[in-house]
Amino acid sequence: MIAEFGHFALILAFMVSIYQMTVPMVGAAKGWHGWMDSARPAALAQLVLMAISFGALTIAFVTSDFSVLLVYENSHTSKPLIYKISGVWGNHEGSMLLWVLILALFGAAAALFGGNLPPSLRARVLGVQSSISAAFYAFIIFTSNPFWRVGNPAFDGRDLNPLLQDPGLAFHPPFLYLGYVGLSMAFSFAVAALIEGRVDAAWARWVRPWTLAAWVFLTVGIALGSWWAYYELGWGGFWFWDPVENASFMPWLLAAALLHSAIVVEKREALKSWTILLAIMAFGFSLIGTFIVRSGVITSVHSFANDPERGVFILAILAVFVGGALTLYAFRAADMTAKGVFAPLSREGALVLNNVLLAVAAFVVFIGTIWPLVAEMVWGRVLSVGPPFFNQAFTPFMIVLALALPLGSIMPWKRASLSRSWKPLRGALTLTAAVMVLVYAVSTGRSGLAVIGAGLGSWLVFGAIADLWLRTGSSGIGRLLRLPRADWGKAVAHSGLGITFIAVSLIQAWQVEDVRVAQIDEPFRVGAYDLVLRSVERVDGPNYLSQMGVIEASRDGRAVATLTPEKRVYPVQAMPTTEASIDYGFWRDLYVVLGDEQPGGGWAVRTYVKPFANWIWGGSIIMALGGLISLTDRRYRVAAGAARSSGADTVPAE
Amino acid sequence: MRRALHLIVLILSLAMVPALPAFAVQPDEVLDDAGLESRARLISQRLRCPVCQGENIDESNAPISRDLRLFVRERLVAGDSDSEVVDNVVDRFGEFVLFDPRPTGSNLILWLAGPLMALIAAALAFRFLRGRNQVGPEVASLDADEQHRLDEIMRGK
Repeated sequence: MIAEFGHFALILAFMVSIYQMTVPMVGAAKGWHGWMDSARPAALAQLVLMAISFGALTIAFVTSDFSVLLVYENSHTSKPLIYKISGVWGNHEGSMLLWVLILALFGAAAALFGGNLPPSLRARVLGVQSSISAAFYAFIIFTSNPFWRVGNPAFDGRDLNPLLQDPGLAFHPPFLYLGYVGLSMAFSFAVAALIEGRVDAAWARWVRPWTLAAWVFLTVGIALGSWWAYYELGWGGFWFWDPVENASFMPWLLAAALLHSAIVVEKREALKSWTILLAIMAFGFSLIGTFIVRSGVITSVHSFANDPERGVFILAILAVFVGGALTLYAFRAADMTAKGVFAPLSREGALVLNNVLLAVAAFVVFIGTIWPLVAEMVWGRVLSVGPPFFNQAFTPFMIVLALALPLGSIMPWKRASLSRSWKPLRGALTLTAAVMVLVYAVSTGRSGLAVIGAGLGSWLVFGAIADLWLRTGSSGIGRLLRLPRADWGKAVAHSGLGITFIAVSLIQAWQVEDVRVAQIDEPFRVGAYDLVLRSVERVDGPNYLSQMGVIEASRDGRAVATLTPEKRVYPVQAMPTTEASIDYGFWRDLYVVLGDEQPGGGWAVRTYVKPFANWIWGGSIIMALGGLISLTDRRYRVAAGAARSSGADTVPAE
Repeated sequence: MRRALHLIVLILSLAMVPALPAFAVQPDEVLDDAGLESRARLISQRLRCPVCQGENIDESNAPISRDLRLFVRERLVAGDSDSEVVDNVVDRFGEFVLFDPRPTGSNLILWLAGPLMALIAAALAFRFLRGRNQVGPEVASLDADEQHRLDEIMRGK
């Protein structure tokens, strides 16, 4: 009964979305206020209906209602509650339902906070947003319905894949989806602006917070996924250049480009048509990512052929929305005349360089991701593109980006002089050089990776500090604290990027690995640590059986940690997993994996010392934090406040 | 390693593909010569497991990956250079096993796409920036009436 309730709410939301994508658009074209304003209650109604629908599916999972096919296939009564809830989106149908719930959430947010938008623009934004929703409602209802029942319910379910029963991965998809779908707002604003034929500073000021929020969510989502891979998969890798990862990385790069180019539109009324194009492409890549993941076309051409319906449906959505938007763009882009005048050497020029680097980097990732598919279809060459390619083809752009960033971000608008911009950065340059010498001294006989990476990262961090310092001038700490939040956000986000750079290069250059057969109570040494395997015991978990090793680690005779790596078996899915045991530290992680019992006695044990591991995700979170700080900048709050008062004034006048 | 991502596919998709725990390189495979071993590891990371879902042989648990790891080490001990070892494996299994495709034939497009696109983008950006610089002054100079009005305002009227 509850499942049918959810099913019904989903179909109703579909109906409302069709209303919302047509009536307000007609209203905006004809200038009928009633028709335009009906978009707002419709957007709120969609959110309420989707909340009911998603809630109904969640109840089915929590109560283990195995008469619902999806619950039977993905849940089990003995599963802990949190994974019953995360199991709702741990499968195709449920994750699509989460996708449209978030679409509805963003639509409703635009309806609620869009009070200061011109009525016609608001109606068009909500109309375009709703057309995206409608497409995905149809996709769910016709190809991926999560509410189907089974005639003879089973006594228990098939359980969720054990590797997905993990807190890091439980929250990875929602954040990623908030990011993907958040970019739909930028897309809707771009298409609405194309229909209106008007892009100005105010438009950029409305678009930028949505893009920034989407980028923050994407950053957190990608960091969570990478962290999960690090601790769950048993060798401590954090980035694999897999098609699915790339699918989230391309929108991230383009969103980063977009939120920078929108600054130029907002402050200088230039780069308008490029910003519109970026907004279309950023969401386009979110859809491409969805297509890649859902259709399985990249992972295997055959899995696509086995279930072509969904892949073709998403491809059609992609073609209609991106194709339609680009056609509209081709007709209207010429109307977007730029106003600002600036020299090539200026903040504007630096942001253009930022956009060139980020967009080309995203293009490289795209080519590498689809190349195996293209090569097979066109030349019949079956080949692979993996990390060695991406490391060589992608990294140069990041190096140039890091080199240019501190200088570019300190340049004044309109016209800059290289010698004057250098001046405040001399201290940062000196400190960077000091860090590079230090790293060189510490890492004897290694490649230049550590020195260069740490140098670039430090350059970003010190450059960001120098920027704040410059803005403060000689007026002291009070002025520093009163700087606009946007300045703080910028410095924090750029430092986060620098910290991630440092971490990624140092962990690769300095990691120590040890693979051996460890005998019980026989100590062995890895890097600066002494380890000893004390025992391997059998432990029973709530829905798994485990063999748990107990390893004591010490350094210079002082105990550091007791590590308990596990080998688990989940009987319902008959699936073994390894649980690495990690002693997290500020400077290094100690990472231990338990292997098989050896025929000659002892156990295979793999140990890593991973320097600066936490800095990778720490840097990402700092980046996201920078975005959040920027999001609370006064100019957005002032705009919202102005909306409330002006809204109150205009309503009686109408 | 692709298994990692494959699992993220899983969370987003329907297929439930079994994954095995990771314990790729076994202790008995490790070479005594640290230099040769680290070369073997680097080569292993460039080679794809022929039967897995996009893992390299260094991280894969498949028996064929173990055979390949042992083969790579055997050849290195016999004195082959890194590229000879890789060529040898590619000759047997085809270019599918190579994670960095050779820049030959149509693959040139893959390798050159990034640099080429960077050049095109840089050229377009440069043209745009020059154009921005050459647009006439933002505000035309004031005519006599406007100047008079401005003077009045400045005087505080």
